[in-house]
Amino acid sequence: MNILLHRYDITQEDDFHALPDFNRKATLQHVDKVYKAEITNIIRLTEMEKLFHFRILDPKERDTFSFLPGQFVMLEVPGYGEVPISISGSPTNKGYVELCIRKAGVVTSMLHRAGRGARVGIRGPFGTHFPMGKMKGSDILLIAGGLGLAPLRAPIFHVTENRSDYRNVHIMYGTKDPSQLLFDYQYKQWERIDGVNLSVIVERADDTWKGPVGLITKLMDGMKIVGDETYAIVCGPPVMFKFVCNQLGKMGVPMHRMFVSLERRMHCGMGKCCRCNIGSTYTCVDGPVFDYWSVMNLKEAI
Amino acid sequence: MLFKTLTKKDFRSLVEIILQSNEVIGPKKSGTNKDGNPIHKFLPVAKFEEIDLGYQTTEFSPKTYFLPYKENLSTYRFENGEWEQDIRYRIQPRAIIGMHACDINALLKLDKVMARDKFPSPYYVSRRRNTFIVGIDHEPAEKCFCQSVGADTVTHGFDLFLTDLGDRYFVAINSDRGFNALAKVDAKLVTEKDSHDYLAVRAKIQNSFKTKVRIDNLPNLLDIEFESDMWKKWGNKCLSCGSCAMVCPTCYCYGVAEHVSMDFTKGQKVKQLHSCNLVDFAEVAGGHNFRPTRSSRLKYRYYHQHRGFVEAYDEPKCVGCNRCGTVCLAGINPPEVIADLQAEGHGP
Ligand SMILES: Cc1cc2nc3c(=O)[nH]c(=O)nc-3n(C[C@H](O)[C@H](O)[C@H](O)COP(=O)(O)OP(=O)(O)OC[C@H]3O[C@@H](n4cnc5c(N)ncnc54)[C@H](O)[C@@H]3O)c2cc1C
Ligand code: SF4
Ligand code: SF4
Ligand code: FES
Repeated sequence: MNILLHRYDITQEDDFHALPDFNRKATLQHVDKVYKAEITNIIRLTEMEKLFHFRILDPKERDTFSFLPGQFVMLEVPGYGEVPISISGSPTNKGYVELCIRKAGVVTSMLHRAGRGARVGIRGPFGTHFPMGKMKGSDILLIAGGLGLAPLRAPIFHVTENRSDYRNVHIMYGTKDPSQLLFDYQYKQWERIDGVNLSVIVERADDTWKGPVGLITKLMDGMKIVGDETYAIVCGPPVMFKFVCNQLGKMGVPMHRMFVSLERRMHCGMGKCCRCNIGSTYTCVDGPVFDYWSVMNLKEAI
Repeated sequence: MLFKTLTKKDFRSLVEIILQSNEVIGPKKSGTNKDGNPIHKFLPVAKFEEIDLGYQTTEFSPKTYFLPYKENLSTYRFENGEWEQDIRYRIQPRAIIGMHACDINALLKLDKVMARDKFPSPYYVSRRRNTFIVGIDHEPAEKCFCQSVGADTVTHGFDLFLTDLGDRYFVAINSDRGFNALAKVDAKLVTEKDSHDYLAVRAKIQNSFKTKVRIDNLPNLLDIEFESDMWKKWGNKCLSCGSCAMVCPTCYCYGVAEHVSMDFTKGQKVKQLHSCNLVDFAEVAGGHNFRPTRSSRLKYRYYHQHRGFVEAYDEPKCVGCNRCGTVCLAGINPPEVIADLQAEGHGP
């Protein structure tokens, strides 16, 4: 007599024959299968940051990949590691992924050494997004500090590509000193768009700097805002968005109309590894985009 | 649920039949502790005699067969500057004999996170569905508080579950493969006496829990006492070694690292279990650490067990096995930590 336990081969399940689609969160699929992507272009931004253009190679995978502003991808350099990076490009540029990457450690340095044509893996998109739909018909404040302009660039693209959906748009950006300004070649373009107001500030000026000097909140001094008709997206380090959101609060913007993007350690992007956990919230699936009211209610959030 | 009874001799035959063509894991004596009591581990067995169903507890939980300490997520092959990704799931079936109710309940909790929530893990689901589980009732160990967290009885998540009635087992059948396996031996229909004896044994077990922990108010209390000094008191003892999470049947957090082979032909993406008590758990680029102190990390472990998990799944993550309390060199154990927290809640 014999009992041979049944061998269950998960790869025979229907969904395993389809391409992984990370927008279908409930489906059992190859969650670690990466989309192979090629670096098509590299733009040097500062000493520490470069903008990479990636193209997903497989046309079917390129079609599957669609994201909303605020979402991020897990970018993998095979054999070296995987890092979470916010998508910095336009959602309408299908299958092409723009990522602005700061040299911060092993994987990001490896990328900074990579050249055009190098191939990496991309999984995603992951996480929540800025509610661009809900923001229609309102005045929009897009505020970034430092590297925060990288994730903010996606909603900037969205707002400028759908200009008639939104009322007045203010883009405010601040860094420590002029050498750290990202995407300076785009400021002229943004400024010329009808009804878009751009202001840039640095904490320490150098000889070449002609603009305002101070903290980013200084750009908001004297601004007239109708709180209930305004939405704000604030991206930057926690101290920065805390000051900015507090000031916006004083100017009358309700907390549920302010959105921020949180950063945490991430090893999966799928609510599994727990590394991004804040209390009972997973930054990777419940965030990284939160309204400020939710952030205030998270223990250890800022 | 269907029930049958099985003589001990027939149970032995059943295990021996399974052993003929499948990998079998069971609680095995693997040494003695400093008090001379046996230490058990869930290990592969070759013969029925190696399985000691009378074991009290095991140092490590059988979680390792579902969430191994290290697991390969994918392999990259490099050639001429190109790479290909290869992903494999473990699909060899195996049987685990002798899991206690708390450890099966732990699997049910892991199922919620790994198999049913967003992004089900194919690695986990594959291992889970390929594992045949035979559970067994037992009288609780001294420090075990599984009853307090509602993990002392189990109604699904296994194939067969045994209750020892002296000369025979009362068997709960929870799957068709369990039913089919029983059909190979002389399982008997349940008589009135069997049911009677079964209920008596269950009642005796239920009345023999010595350690009790109050948890119903913990979600609230953990929020209210978030800044309490009692976390400093326990946190300052913690060695940040992470052993508690390693032995815990429900701790699943992990890190991922990649390695390139010496000859640069292969890269591996490997998942390794982590612990929220380890110092780098919440460190991000730029060197900022969201939980720099031992007390903030220890608190977080309790917060996840009794607050975060409750919010997500309406039940605590802890199954009350007290393995973390036993393994901890600093003497940090859930019954005492929670009692302290409860006392704090009652004010000075
Ligand atoms: C949602 C999100 C969006 C992000 N977007 C961007 C972006 O647009 N551009 C950008 O340049 N960076 C972004 N980051 C930060 C980026 O993920 C880290 O810089 C990167 O993970 C560092 O990896 P490394 O291998 O180069 O560094 P490592 O050599 O691994 O470590 C350097 C430092 O980074 C920390 N770190 C390591 N792994 C992670 C991880 N998985 N998550 C967070 N920190 C980690 C380590 O604690 C260490 O202090 C984002 C992070 C998150 C969570
Ligand atoms: S609680 Fe105990 S076992 Fe856990 S990390 Fe601290 S010292 Fe180690
Ligand atoms: S008692 Fe400790 S080891 Fe056991 S389930 Fe609870 S936290 Fe985990
Ligand atoms: S990144 Fe793994 S749980 Fe959020």
